[in-house]
Amino acid sequence: MTSWQNNRAARDARIAAGAGLARGKVVEAHEVTRLLEAVIRPGDRVCLEGDNQKQADLLSRALLAVDLSRVNDLHMVQSGVVLPEHLDLFDRGIAKRLDYAYSGPQSARIARMLFGGKIELGAVHTYLELFARYFIDLTPHVALIAAVSADREGNLYTGPNTEDTPTVVEATAFKDGVVIAQVNEIVETVPRVDIPADRVHFIVKADKPFFVEPLFTRDPAAITEGQILTAMLAIKGIYAPYGVQRLNHGIGFSTAAIELLLPTFGERLGLKGKIATQFALNPHPALIPAIESGWVRQIHSFGSEVGMDDYIRARSDIYFTGPDGSLRSNRALCQTAGLYACDMFIGSTLQIDLQGNSSTVTTSRIAGFGGAPNMGADARGRRHPSEPWLKAGAEADPDSPAPLRRGRKLVVQIGETFGDKNVPLFVERLDAIELAEKLNLELAPVMIYGDDVTHIVTEEGVANLLLCRTAQEREQAIRGVAGYTEVGRRRDRNMVSCLRERGVIRRPEDLGINPLDADRSLLAARSIKDLVRWSGGLYAPPSKFRNW
Amino acid sequence: MEDLSFQHRVRGRAGGTRQSAIVGVVASGNLEVLVERSMPDAECAVDIKTAAVGFGAVWSVVISDFVERYSPGGLKFSINDGGARPDTVSLRLAQAVRLIAEAGQ
Repeated sequence: MTSWQNNRAARDARIAAGAGLARGKVVEAHEVTRLLEAVIRPGDRVCLEGDNQKQADLLSRALLAVDLSRVNDLHMVQSGVVLPEHLDLFDRGIAKRLDYAYSGPQSARIARMLFGGKIELGAVHTYLELFARYFIDLTPHVALIAAVSADREGNLYTGPNTEDTPTVVEATAFKDGVVIAQVNEIVETVPRVDIPADRVHFIVKADKPFFVEPLFTRDPAAITEGQILTAMLAIKGIYAPYGVQRLNHGIGFSTAAIELLLPTFGERLGLKGKIATQFALNPHPALIPAIESGWVRQIHSFGSEVGMDDYIRARSDIYFTGPDGSLRSNRALCQTAGLYACDMFIGSTLQIDLQGNSSTVTTSRIAGFGGAPNMGADARGRRHPSEPWLKAGAEADPDSPAPLRRGRKLVVQIGETFGDKNVPLFVERLDAIELAEKLNLELAPVMIYGDDVTHIVTEEGVANLLLCRTAQEREQAIRGVAGYTEVGRRRDRNMVSCLRERGVIRRPEDLGINPLDADRSLLAARSIKDLVRWSGGLYAPPSKFRNW
Repeated sequence: MEDLSFQHRVRGRAGGTRQSAIVGVVASGNLEVLVERSMPDAECAVDIKTAAVGFGAVWSVVISDFVERYSPGGLKFSINDGGARPDTVSLRLAQAVRLIAEAGQ
């Protein structure tokens, strides 16, 4: 007779095998490796919660210590490859195949291991794309997750850094998988239930709190005058004319400069309430002055940020918080919000080519995609109108009848023509293409495709690609803001001057921007300490950002 | 160190009456620009002392773009460069021509 519940039976057998090591659901930290050996089978798909910020570090170390004869050839499906242990698993042969989204701090090592054949790569995804595949063809057999606290039943409080956990648990627990959580403490009653107990099979109390990295803190002291000029160009040349209220910011210094110019330069332009009111955004400390000055109405977050907990708690009108008062973040939902409900994405990149394709991949580093491509892509399924979306659509396609014309999301690349170590931002050919050739990838890892990019802003000006009618115009518009890079110096001067007359390229002087304003005194906060002061002492920066 | 010097014919005279102005600082990756109203109205001169040797071609393009965009007739610029990037040079020059055009002195 055919059985239709084999997976459930297998799940129950795994739980039964682990139950001997647990009291109720609680497993002692020194027994975790044995638990993993009992529950995980060779070849399993395992999600070892590595998020953008939060890391199940105790479970990573425990998995690394398993008996290779019992646990091997795992297929890791996790959004962040962040800890050295995540890659040590492949060195030891515990894991073989990898599907992921982001590998920031491990980007150089992951590249070496891919070249060396240590890792069998499925694909590099965007966050939403990987989360989607958890429900279709990459469903985990076992999820190893991290939470702040658990009660004895297994109800979990994930704290401000909820991030990917609800999505990972949903896919695993409802498809006959096993969920094991490491928690900082076991308590009588959790402050709020982020994950209900019946989705959690084992809990382990870690000896120290899970690792979280402050990824979104930009010290205002490091913002340059060039970045301030570029930020002014973005505000006056894009935010103001389109009336961009709903948006996502990247995490670089250029967007931090924009955040710090809203209460000064933005105020002077009379833009308060007209731009930058609703965000899909992590709790950036650099946005504190704008929040305190009454610019921002609402922020939904992918994750949290170290040091921002008390500030967020005290500003629940702005942030999403639980009944306990602390931030509730959710990466999958915030990514969806960024894709469908925001009219603009603005962020930095490492390389832009002549078609406007951009990439953060260099030949020796594979940083992955994370969320930028979801934010920085036109959502073809979008149906609700808004002023910026309709205006951008009309600029791109002036001839179609308005009722049948799609709007366009504003996708803005912002940066200085020369980046870190004087490396040019503009290139004839992306390093990503060379990498794809070396690794025999079918797709070059392009962060944002040129056909999604609507504007490029550098200290040289704003290039509006929506107004370009031919590939040649587009190329010259890009060269026209590429400054003194090789790409910029090879521009066709006549064509660039025509594009400027048509408003496709707008220089600082075309926008009435006084170069003398490109001064650090225009920043609402010029140091981390200024941010603390703006927050009324509620922001508690991590020690590496304190110099007092 | 390298010394460079550029002379340009200019469309028109720079605005303002101020006789001189100074912007920027001499520091690594930065530069100081002294601008003086000491040239005939249709001319402009730029003298550069730079710590970075071998970038004459880039300087030449940066200066001619600047002259075309801002028409700084009558001005002499003396640059003390600590190896600034071209975008920083452009910004300082734009600031200098704006500052000397503003009221004062």
